[in-house]
Amino acid sequence: MAQVTLSGIRKVYPNGFQALTTTSFDIPDGEFTVLVGPSGCGKSTLLRMVAGLEDITEGELRIGDRVVNDVDPADRDIAMVFQNYALYPHMTVRKNIAYGLKNRGTSAEDIAKKVAQASDMLGLDDYLDRKPSQLSGGQRQRVAMGRAIVRDPALFLFDEPLSNLDAKLRNQMRIEIKALQRRLGVTSIYVTHDQVEAMTMADRIIVMNGGKVEQIGTPAEVYHAPASTFVASFMGAPPMNLVPAHAVAGMVRFAKTSLAVETHTDGPVTMGIRPEDLIPDTSGPLPFDVQIIEELGAHRLLHGVVGDEKLTVHVGKDTDVGTGPVPLSVKPGAISLFHHETGTRL
Amino acid sequence: MSDISADTLATDRSSAPPKRRIKWSTVVDHSVLIVGSLFMLLPLVVLIQMSSVPDVEVIKTGPSLQIGDQLDDNFNKAMFQASGFSGENTGTSMLINSFILGIGFAVGKIIIGMMAAYAIVYFRLRFATLAFWIIFTTLLLPLEVRILPSYEVVQSLGMLNTYQGLIVPLIASATATFFFRQFFRSVPEELVEAARIDGAGPVKFFIDILVPLSQTMIAAMFIIMFVFGWNQYLWPTMITTDEDMFTLVRGIKQITQDLEGTNIPEYGRANLLAIIAIIPPVFVVIFFQSWFVKGLTESDK
Repeated sequence: MAQVTLSGIRKVYPNGFQALTTTSFDIPDGEFTVLVGPSGCGKSTLLRMVAGLEDITEGELRIGDRVVNDVDPADRDIAMVFQNYALYPHMTVRKNIAYGLKNRGTSAEDIAKKVAQASDMLGLDDYLDRKPSQLSGGQRQRVAMGRAIVRDPALFLFDEPLSNLDAKLRNQMRIEIKALQRRLGVTSIYVTHDQVEAMTMADRIIVMNGGKVEQIGTPAEVYHAPASTFVASFMGAPPMNLVPAHAVAGMVRFAKTSLAVETHTDGPVTMGIRPEDLIPDTSGPLPFDVQIIEELGAHRLLHGVVGDEKLTVHVGKDTDVGTGPVPLSVKPGAISLFHHETGTRL
Repeated sequence: MSDISADTLATDRSSAPPKRRIKWSTVVDHSVLIVGSLFMLLPLVVLIQMSSVPDVEVIKTGPSLQIGDQLDDNFNKAMFQASGFSGENTGTSMLINSFILGIGFAVGKIIIGMMAAYAIVYFRLRFATLAFWIIFTTLLLPLEVRILPSYEVVQSLGMLNTYQGLIVPLIASATATFFFRQFFRSVPEELVEAARIDGAGPVKFFIDILVPLSQTMIAAMFIIMFVFGWNQYLWPTMITTDEDMFTLVRGIKQITQDLEGTNIPEYGRANLLAIIAIIPPVFVVIFFQSWFVKGLTESDK
């Protein structure tokens, strides 16, 4: 159990590529933090720096009270779960789980006890003497988890651990991992490019893009008050509707309609509205023209235009709509405004 | 349920007609293979035949279809009777020398090749790539090309007529290093990282993880290298002058050389030794072949 502190961490590769701009944040003890962003945004680099697999170009990394910049990965008191599980193919499940302990000189009895505990927790008892090649993807994932938890580390690191599993198994493992982390109370950093995973698992989300942190916040904060147009479009499926508009003194004009906003600003802005905050309403001010309806069972997505701008509207399965004009109203307080050039939240 | 089983029975009956049709393509395939293997085996059969008749017979009639009764005799002569001056190069001692050369060469080459490849692939050495290509160019310079300087070096180190003189200069070539480098590069990076986090240092990683992973590769290398070492002729001829250091492949020639005198050459004995010289490589290949195929084809670890 430990708090992780990054102060002024930066990564520049020898070829001059800056993978991570100067970044500082804390991860409180026992928190499940998810790093999310598109591929190449530096999230994996950041994780690998915490793990000690990449050198830190600049800044200070603390795990607990200890500065670990120059500490070997094995001595950082961490455990990591890899995307491809990275199980030792020639060892049985038991040996895979025990290998780290054996290298630390743990006594054979202790190893046996801890492996038994871990395998019990993960439901691996029947598979202990099999080789990884005889296991399914989900079971391999569990073995990788087992290898992490027997070491009783101060920090868990997950590098896209679910991306090799099929959708159904992924949902199941997502819950299992989250439950396990709750039970053990170990500080965790979890890297993913899947925003659903990020939303569902995180205590706190760190959204990254282009080597820098875009926003740090709880899933609800990140979803409802995105710090930039990037976050707005990355988090949520379908993404937030982003349209150019013009703000004047507490109002924003869009498609010849004025909408009240809480942010006071003047000039051109980018207006963001979540698809579920647009409501079909016969007396609504926005003239929406539905072109395509996506039927998703529990709900529907209406794709259409207001003026020249494309919008997506999320409606419940009971809402009776067809293609053609559907006037919309906006839920009060649901409009986010962003700077029209920099994309930062106003 | 009953419906289904009745159904399957019915199809079984219909799909197993008593008359089997001859597939001509299979017949052709097999006859090509049989003819090919007979063609390859024929010289061996001739060798066996010639070592079963008295030496005089060989000179008089050459190869024939008659199997003689000298096989036992010749075998005893080949394995246990010495030839030459010192009387120390019996077939048995030559066989032992050949084994030492073959195994020593294969094992030495695998160890050196693995270690060199390990250094090149896993350590951040300054000139690792350059070093690799320098090693690689030795493929262009086999022992036969550098035989005089090699001889000079071995001679000045006083290693003539020693096993190390026989083995070490042969080891110096890039094949094993090259194969192991390719193999190590295919080992997933994440495995290395997992091992680092598990606290395995460079030596532990090599012994606990890399060597077991390379098993099939090692077996494949062993076959190739053993056969290669076993069949060496030129180098042992250069480096060994003591008769008790002769290998089989080199020693056989010594026996037929008696032709230069007035004696009848000991054909039976030489031919039998030639057959004995073939047997160990054949057995190595037979026993290791499944590993061999795995090592060269299996990419899924």
